[in-house]
Amino acid sequence: MPELAADRPDFRQALEALTGRFPGAVLSSGVEKGESAVRLRKDDLEAVLRFLKDELGFNVLEDIIVLDNVRTAAEGGKRFSVLYQLYRHPGASRIRLVVDVGDNEGLASAVPVYRSADWAEREAFDMFGVRFEGHPGLRRIYLPDDFEGYPLRKDFPLEGRDGGV
Amino acid sequence: MSDSPEKHPFLLTRADMFITWAQKNSLWPFGSGLACCAIEMIATAAARFDIARFGMELFRASPRQADLFIVAGTVTNKMAPVIRRLWDQMPDPKWALAMGNCAIGGGPFPTYSVLQGVDKIIPVDVYVAGCPPTPQGLIHGLMTLQEKISRSHPTKEILNPDARTSR
Repeated sequence: MPELAADRPDFRQALEALTGRFPGAVLSSGVEKGESAVRLRKDDLEAVLRFLKDELGFNVLEDIIVLDNVRTAAEGGKRFSVLYQLYRHPGASRIRLVVDVGDNEGLASAVPVYRSADWAEREAFDMFGVRFEGHPGLRRIYLPDDFEGYPLRKDFPLEGRDGGV
Repeated sequence: MSDSPEKHPFLLTRADMFITWAQKNSLWPFGSGLACCAIEMIATAAARFDIARFGMELFRASPRQADLFIVAGTVTNKMAPVIRRLWDQMPDPKWALAMGNCAIGGGPFPTYSVLQGVDKIIPVDVYVAGCPPTPQGLIHGLMTLQEKISRSHPTKEILNPDARTSR
């Protein structure tokens, strides 16, 4: 992540509180495509989410986004980046958490912290096959239950596997 | 009959002609608006284009009361079993019209989630191309279907039940 967010007091404040509370959890931070982003150690995710929600007031989980790093994964990186977009209301400030997760690794579910994570995680599972451990019902949300594969993975054929029914 | 024929006018016709005349002029469509094509289908039914002129204004909400399946829009793989079931629920005689490029062959969605043409699951009588087709286009398709019906021989199907399944 390129620059440090020196001109974003909200972000700096949250970042300082985060590094003070969880030393070692923050791998890197900065402004990424216009969003204040923090790359986290995978194991600290649930505790960080709870801290951000209960103590720093980030009361909305807007969305969960998954990136498939299929190229960098071949060079030894982790396969997926899971992005948690948080929002603080009132105050209108946002923070983005980034967690890298491998192909066959699980990831702690955010549902115990944010109810809105339920469908977002089901969508991430449906499209990318990211396993969220502790989710109350991790099954497909859009695609038919008998669908095979995860269509938004970069190695999934663009036109589908069997060309329809 | 003791009266002269002039007092009791009558008409001679073939049974096929009479039956198809009745069928083609009172098609009851099953409104299955699956995507944006539905808007054009609704416009076709509304006052300006008014398919009541063709005896088709009676859009049914139940497939059991309809004899024309207008597949208006994108059929996803998840929706495909539902479409097939709705088609099976329609009583014979019945016709299907694929409205728009999505229903014809997947349209702009050659993807994992979209059925590449509704004719993979139900027999389609008329294809109306367009994205979406205009109401004029749909009316043209419906008139084409009327022509097709008027050329059919329903008495053959009545006398030979096996012919019905071959359609």
